Amino acid sequence: MAPWISLLPAQRHRFSAKESLATAVVWGVALGITAIFAALLGDVVWQGGRQVNWVFLTQAPQRAGLEGGIAPIVVSTGLVLMVCMGVSLPLGLGTAVFLSELSRQHPFWSRTIRLSLDILAGVPSVVFGLFGNAFFCKGLGLGFSILSGGLTLACMVLPILIRSIQVGLSGVPPEYRQASAALGLSRLGALGTLIVPAAMPGIVVGILLGIGRAIAETAALIFTSGYVDRMPASLLDSGRVLSIHIFDLAMNVPGGEAPAYATAFVLVALLVIINSLVSGWAKRFQQSKIQVL
Amino acid sequence: MTFPFPSVLQQPASTEHGTPPAVRVEQLSLRYGKKVAFAPVDAHFPGGQISALIGPSGCGKTSFLSCLNRLHELIPPARVSGQVYLNHCDIATLPLTPLRRQVGMLFQKPNPFPLSIYRNLAFPLKEHGIRDRTHINTIIETTLQEVGLWSEVKDRLKAPALSLSGGQQQRLCLARALALKPQVLLMDEPCSALDPLSSEIVEDLIVRLKGTYTVLIVTHNLGQASRIADQVAFFWVQHEVGQLIEFGSTQDIFSNPQNPLTLAYVRGRRG
Repeated sequence: MAPWISLLPAQRHRFSAKESLATAVVWGVALGITAIFAALLGDVVWQGGRQVNWVFLTQAPQRAGLEGGIAPIVVSTGLVLMVCMGVSLPLGLGTAVFLSELSRQHPFWSRTIRLSLDILAGVPSVVFGLFGNAFFCKGLGLGFSILSGGLTLACMVLPILIRSIQVGLSGVPPEYRQASAALGLSRLGALGTLIVPAAMPGIVVGILLGIGRAIAETAALIFTSGYVDRMPASLLDSGRVLSIHIFDLAMNVPGGEAPAYATAFVLVALLVIINSLVSGWAKRFQQSKIQVL
Repeated sequence: MTFPFPSVLQQPASTEHGTPPAVRVEQLSLRYGKKVAFAPVDAHFPGGQISALIGPSGCGKTSFLSCLNRLHELIPPARVSGQVYLNHCDIATLPLTPLRRQVGMLFQKPNPFPLSIYRNLAFPLKEHGIRDRTHINTIIETTLQEVGLWSEVKDRLKAPALSLSGGQQQRLCLARALALKPQVLLMDEPCSALDPLSSEIVEDLIVRLKGTYTVLIVTHNLGQASRIADQVAFFWVQHEVGQLIEFGSTQDIFSNPQNPLTLAYVRGRRG
């Protein structure tokens, strides 16, 4: 017999009152937060969506963005993102593999790396911007460029990327490692064939969080990739990303609110598209490698 | 049972006439940091026979088994002292890959890889340098037949291994170990997670391995130990440390044990 059936009526009553209150609070909080997000998103879609058309997506901005479109800005954003993820993903995967697979053998180093990552994760983005400006733009002589911006963002998203991938890798059932060790298989073989594919959901979370953080970044890029709104000719050109364009339109251009909304809509849409592409790719990758039920 | 194996499969400690090697341990003990898993053990497990390790939980049987293929090295605080010999070859001197190939292992919970049935067997073979597809297919068919799984899965080799039943998964894991042609098999309660029917099938298989492989099996099932084992090693916990209390022929351990602890345990009064 279930224990609550034997409770006295008074107890049962008090219990259920508390339960109902807790249920109401949980629902209230969840709905409240969803409502705030829905309102934000609805605003952007409503105000921005109706202004987005073919011309807006394919033309260069004119009169500081009040007219024309945002084509070069979308391209710059894409390039910055590519540099950022192209650099941070291999580095992040490597570090995460070290932390999850070798931490027991090298406790000192894994603790040190973990600690520095946690500190890095809390550093404000403007500090990353100043660092990128000093190191990539001036130190390495890359100047205000998409390359500098992408590399700075790579430094910024690395902590979040590494920790999520590491959580994913650590979540892989220990039986896989045990079984492959008992069969005398190489660690690399087990990693490539079993562990990384099995950790794919965690890796995707890392990538999506990284992309989300990178695509929304403004402060770090003002100091590194600059805000020239021309179409970039190479990675060494300066380029303005969507978030900077929104910032500039909203704060510095009188009457820029409308195109700022439209740009924000494009930014959100881009994020949704990238996320679904990445998730789809990851799912296909996992299914091509392993067969989970 | 002879497979057309290439020279990469030549194994260091194999004997001249194909008799599987004896496993001999001298003063073998294991500690995890400060905690001693089991106190020094001296024992000789004859080649080609089945030796059962019995005793209550936490008496170091599984830890003992993990020293024999050096799987304890996965857990860094684990420290082994003493020696393990396969015939006359000290396993500490062997590289891990050939050692673990020669000493296969079956775990309590079936642990097939999340791959197809076929790739569960093909992946380890490829990792061990066997690339020829027809050769791989031959080995897969032979080992699956050996564990009685071939007729059940031959039409769905591409199906996920995890879609098999528990008993089938355990037999697949046995086939995966056998495909690498080991000479010693370590089994850590291989039947305890299976239903009675599957358990019986796996037990029959283990009996059939006698002669071809040296088998060391941890079991909590005393009936199973008495049915299949040639030798029985009885472990017990004394002062929070696992000890080998008595080691002898199955007949002696069950009918005429020398130690009162053994007597109490096999009669079901303790443990």
